[in-house]
This record gives sequence, C-alpha cells and structure tokens, in this order.
Amino acid sequence: MSYQPVKFYQTGTFTVGNRLLPPDVRTVQSTQRRTNSLNSGHRACQGCGEALGARFAMDAAMEASERKLIAANATGCLEVFSTPYPETSWQIPWIHSVFGNTAAVATGIAAALKVKGRTDVRVVAQGGDGGTTDIGFGCLSGMFERNDDVLFICYDNEAYMNTGVQRSSATPAAARTATTMAVGSEPGNVFGQGKNVPAIAMAHEIPYVATATVADLHDLEAKVKTAMGMRGARYIHILVPCPLGWGHASHDTIRIARLAKETGLFPVFEAAHGELTSVSRIRHQHAVEDYLRPQKRFAHLFGDPPRRDVIDHLQALADRNIRRYGLLDAKESV
Amino acid sequence: MLKQIEGSRAVAEAVALCRPEVICAYPISPQTHIVEGLGEMVKRGALAPCEFINVESEFAAMSVAIGASAAGARAYTATASQGLLFMAEAVFNASGLGLPIVMTVANRAIGAPINIWNDHTDAMSQRDCGWIQLFAETNQEALDLHIQAFRLGEELSLPVMVCMDGFILTHAYERVDMPTQAQVDAYLPPYVPRQSLDPAEPVSIGAMVGPEAFMEVRYLAHVKQMRALELIPGWAEEFRRAFGRDSGGLLHSYRTEDAELVIVALGSVLGTIKDTVDAMRERGVRIGVLGITCFRPWPQEAVRAALAQAKQVLVLEKSLAVGLGGIVSNNVRTSYAGAAQAVRTVIAGLGGRPISRASLERVFAQALDGTLDPVTFLDLDRGLVERALAREREARRSGPIAENILRDLGVVGARIS
Ligand SMILES: Cc1ncc(C[n+]2csc(CCOP(=O)(O)OP(=O)(O)O)c2C)c(N)n1
Ligand code: SF4
Ligand SMILES: [Mg+2]
Repeated sequence: MSYQPVKFYQTGTFTVGNRLLPPDVRTVQSTQRRTNSLNSGHRACQGCGEALGARFAMDAAMEASERKLIAANATGCLEVFSTPYPETSWQIPWIHSVFGNTAAVATGIAAALKVKGRTDVRVVAQGGDGGTTDIGFGCLSGMFERNDDVLFICYDNEAYMNTGVQRSSATPAAARTATTMAVGSEPGNVFGQGKNVPAIAMAHEIPYVATATVADLHDLEAKVKTAMGMRGARYIHILVPCPLGWGHASHDTIRIARLAKETGLFPVFEAAHGELTSVSRIRHQHAVEDYLRPQKRFAHLFGDPPRRDVIDHLQALADRNIRRYGLLDAKESV
Repeated sequence: MLKQIEGSRAVAEAVALCRPEVICAYPISPQTHIVEGLGEMVKRGALAPCEFINVESEFAAMSVAIGASAAGARAYTATASQGLLFMAEAVFNASGLGLPIVMTVANRAIGAPINIWNDHTDAMSQRDCGWIQLFAETNQEALDLHIQAFRLGEELSLPVMVCMDGFILTHAYERVDMPTQAQVDAYLPPYVPRQSLDPAEPVSIGAMVGPEAFMEVRYLAHVKQMRALELIPGWAEEFRRAFGRDSGGLLHSYRTEDAELVIVALGSVLGTIKDTVDAMRERGVRIGVLGITCFRPWPQEAVRAALAQAKQVLVLEKSLAVGLGGIVSNNVRTSYAGAAQAVRTVIAGLGGRPISRASLERVFAQALDGTLDPVTFLDLDRGLVERALAREREARRSGPIAENILRDLGVVGARIS
C-alpha cells in the first residue's frame, strides 16, 4: 500500500495544522477546552497582533492553572480595547490599575492569595512594551528581583500604540513613529538606543524568561504552559505586530511576525535562571529587507535612492543576533 | 495596657492588632520606625498570617496594596513627603477603585529645598484624592485612629490616610494605652470585600469609563465621602464605648463655649495651642480651639456649628498654598457664616520650624485687637527675606531660592566657580 508522510507544517505558512496533530498536542485554542478568556467583541483593530497574542496566552494560562487565574493589566491598547465601560471582554478576574504599576499590582494579588492559602490561584500580569520596558520597568524589575510568584507577559508592538504610535524603548532603529519622524538626514528612530528587556530579565536570574511571536502560536502556548508550571517570577516577551502602527496589511500580521524571527531581528528563545536553554532556529532565512519592505514605518528606507546604508545596518543587527543566539546553527547549540 | 513607647511603635502595634494581611513598605523618614516595627513582627511570626513586602518604591508600595486589597486582603502601608508624591497616581487609583487600604502619612515637608522635618504639605497635596484623611493630635489618638481607619475604610469601601506629625509624634516617647487583641477583634470584624478578584466569580475591575458615565462615578464618590460624615461620629462613639477613650470623630472643640476668637488647627500643634489658650483664658481672654480630626471629607456642617459663636477665626496651618495663602483656611471659610475676612490665616511650622507658645500668644493677641494680617507667616525671619528681596531687585537671578541665598551670603559650598 502506498504511503504518504503527513506534512507537519502547512506549506507556506509554517503554521502547525492542528487537524494533523494528535489531540494531546493541539493548541488549547483549537480545542473545546479553550476558555475565551479574552472574548470576541472587543474593539481591537483588524489583524491586531496584541489581541491574538493575549487570547492565546491567557487561554493557555487558564488551561495550565485549571482555570484559576487572575490577570492584572497595564494601561494600553489591550486594556482599552477590551474594557470599554460598561462592557468587558474578560471572562477571567481582571484588574487594571494604572500604566506603570502592573507588576506591583500582580505582586499584591499574589501576596493576598498566599496569605489566604490560595496558592492554587495563579497570577498573570500583562502590558504593552511601554508598560513593560519604560514606565512599568521599575515595578517589573522589583517584582523580578523579589522573585514574586507572577508571570509577566509583555505584548511588544514596538511603540506606544494606544496614544497614537509614539516611540518607546522597544522601538527598533530606523522605524518611523509619531515621535521619531521620517524626516531629516537620519529619518526614523536612531541607532544605538533601546532596551533589551528579555536580556535584562535574564540578568535578574529569575526562573524563566522566554520570547515568542504570534507567528508560532504552538510555541507561544507551550511557553506559557512551561511558565505556568513554575513558581516565582517569570517573563514572556511576545512580538505582536500592529497593523495600524507598523503600516502593514491587517492580513499580514502573522507573516510579518514570522519574518521578524526568520530574519534574526527578533530572536526567539527560552532561558532559565539566567542561562539560555533553547533557541528557535531560523528555518528559512530572509534578508531584513523582506521584513522591512511591507511596513510603512520603514517606507523611507525604500525611496529613491533607497537607504542601503540603513538597511545594511539593520542587517548587521540581525546578523549579530544570529551569531549571539546561534539562530542558524545546525542543531541545538545550547 | 499602658506603655511608654515611641509613637511609631505604638502605631505599629496598633496596626498589628488590626491583623493586616499584606504590608508593603518603602523607607522614608520619619515613617521608617513604623514599618520596621511591623516588619520585625511579621518576621518573628508575631503577626501572622501576613506578607511583608519590601518594595522598590512608594509607587510600588501603593500598587502592591491595590493588588492585595482587590484580591481581598487587608492591606496597609506607610509613607511621608516625597514618598506620598511619588505614589500619587496610585493613591488616586486606590480611591477610584474603592479599596479600603489604610496608610499612615508621617507628615513631612516637601522639597525643594529638601527637608525632612514636619509640616502638612504632603497630606494637603493629596487632599482631593478621594481618601478619607484623619489627623492625629497625640500618639494615643494616632494609635486609635488606625484601628478606626480599618473599620471606616472597610465599611465605606474607601481608603483611609491617618496623618501624624513626623518626628513630633512618630519619634516621641509617650504613654499610650494599648488595647488588647480581644478588644480590637470585637471592634473590627474581618475584612469581607464586596467584590474581589476571584476565579469563582470573575469580575473586571478598573475599566475605562467615558464621558457618558464618568461624572456620575465621580458624583457617587463624593456622595460616599459625604456619607462618611454621617457615620464617623457614630463610630467614634462606638469606639469610646469599647475602648473608653474619646478618639477620632470629625472634630474636637476646646473651651469654645463663649469664645470670640477660635483657633482652628490640625495635628499635634493643638497641644501647644491649648496650653496657650489655657494661659490666655486665665487672663480672661475669650478664646477657644477647634481641632479638625477629619479633614476629608470636610465636616462642613460640624465646623459651621462649632464656629457659630466665633466673631473671629484664626486658622493655624502647617501648609501653604503658594500664591494664595492657606489651604485649611479656605476650607474653613466655606463653613463660616460670618465675614470671610474674619477668618485669618497663620502659616506656621513649615519644614519643622518650632511653634512656640510665646509666638502663638502674640498672633492670637494681634487677632483679638484686629492688627493681624489676613495671611501671616509665624516667626518669619524678616531680615533674611528682606535682604534676599533687595539683592533680587539689584540683580535678577534664576534658579533655586535656597541656593541663591547661600550664594549671596558667600557660603563656599554653594559657589560654582
Ligand atoms: C502615567 C501615564 N502616562 C501616560 C499615559 C498615556 N498612555 C496610555 S496608554 C499609552 C501607550 C501604551 O503603550 P504600550 O504600553 O506599548 O501598549 P500598546 O498600547 O502599544 O499596546 C500611553 C503613553 C498614561 N495612561 N499614564
Ligand atoms: S493600534 Fe495596534 S495594538 Fe492597538 S488595537 Fe490597533 S492593531 Fe492592536
Ligand atoms: Mg506598545
């Protein structure tokens, strides 16, 4: 009898087709067990990577915590689009306090649960890149340093989207934002600035740090579940393209996220107690140009003449990541 | 039980008797001894179950309290001065979310110039933040107010700030009557939140509210505070019956029966004022005192009634509305039926400047004979000020006033050259 091997990845998208997988390795999202923690009907833009990431992350955390989960949320798009009074999309206990204190609010919730002997209930804090790497950074670092029992998830769309796309310390070099305009001799965000918060999280030597993108939702769910299987301070940094702020087609969110990883611009890895433990290697390497071109925030690099120097500089940053994390190494390098 | 202990220790022990479940703290003088005391009790196991969290800032302290309180735990923190300002955003948030957090403010000045000593600028800066604000006159009252604060806050679902004068009270060793655990337990039932973060009953807390309902939300916050005005006297009475002490309530009148001049003040300075008034009374001066215990909500009607007989009112306050004058005085004016000019402001004790009986007696006498300015700065060094102003007229200089004075005086450290 002729035999045809099942293709694990769907052609073109690399998305793991849940249909083709045995039930126990399918995503929570593809099963009836999913809790719709972030329910439909919210006000996110079409193709919003943050909404997608949050939905997968929260449902995975719900599954892992046996539906005993409390979330603290920073101010930002996720908060605003999910809770326009008197409506809410959250089907889990959820609190929004202010922009910069989410990690500390989560610490307080965890402390309350501990004192009440309810350590079966787990705590997740979440926010955008601004609420994580800038204004929320003090509280985040404090929570890490004390090793409080909180999983903090950063949805990184590389700018302050909710206020109209201003630069944050997660905005990449050369990107146009409302405060790094595409004008002058060095248009867009300057080189040599910015903060690598996953690396800083690792420097706190907390039990778990991971990065992920919305292009690989299996990986994202698996990392959330791994994190939920541990105690102490944990951090997951998810790249979530924003069609509005990045200026790409709303149907390209996943493709752009994948290109961020496949170019090496956004390294996807896991770390435990400050040591790198696994790296998602590049499957089909792309030049950074493939990633930059579909995004209007980089349009000024492709004028006439194009800014080869800037594109090369960005390629060099991707190449450095590839070297640093072994993203092209033949096999597990760590 | 009678004890001779430091004010901070008294407050720490009283707070511990209230069985807080989460305490978060960031150090700032003169608050430190309070949280050190509590931290030690938790570490020793004397206060359990309780989580004591050393946070990285006051902003985090209030935020941890917010999270803990929203998850159903009784939460406490303490701060002062710069620390209160540093947490300001979360302070407003706590009241907006209706979380009954109790916080001690060990009142201290705010810089620049940096100054660690006592005045009321810190608490006054947050007077409209939606918290109940109580001011203690003595260490005994500070201790008692904390016990009442938890009760008050939890019944109203509002946070309560207990203000006590930094150093003057926090660091003073005085005799206090420490209640027993059984007494406090009988007065203060366990915290049962009306709504909390609970997977069994998921709620969203802290949603965005637009123009269609925001006014109503704020109005209801106002109504809630006004309701506190009706309830506080009853609770103080209940406290008196349970503990045998007259502590708390909205305000306390002292020798105001036939007083023509009433001195209004908050906090520990009331002691000095009462001594001064006693001395003047002996000489037949018709003078009395009105101590405000509850500053927010403002006890409009109670103050109006207490000042009904007064021909003149002198508000002695340890805070300054720069560019206007008094803060407390403006509140008093809204409650005084007589002419607004009859309410005079004396700004005193800023940055820890001592307030002496002699100085008080002088301004009180001036108020009585009608020679007191509408706004007076008690014991101001006129010479220093005049010289600075004269130099300012000669050569305009930008920058900090304190350092400019030093530079003009030729103080070496302040020279840049
Ligand atoms: C203290 C404070 N400063 C500024 C703001 C305004 N603000 C609200 S959301 C936001 C941007 C959020 O950006 P980010 O955290 O990256 O989340 P995103 O909206 O991009 O998902 C800003 C600047 C605020 N709410 N509070
Ligand atoms: S602006 Fe961006 S992050 Fe915000 S809702 Fe729209 S797509 Fe999502
Ligand atoms: Mg963002």
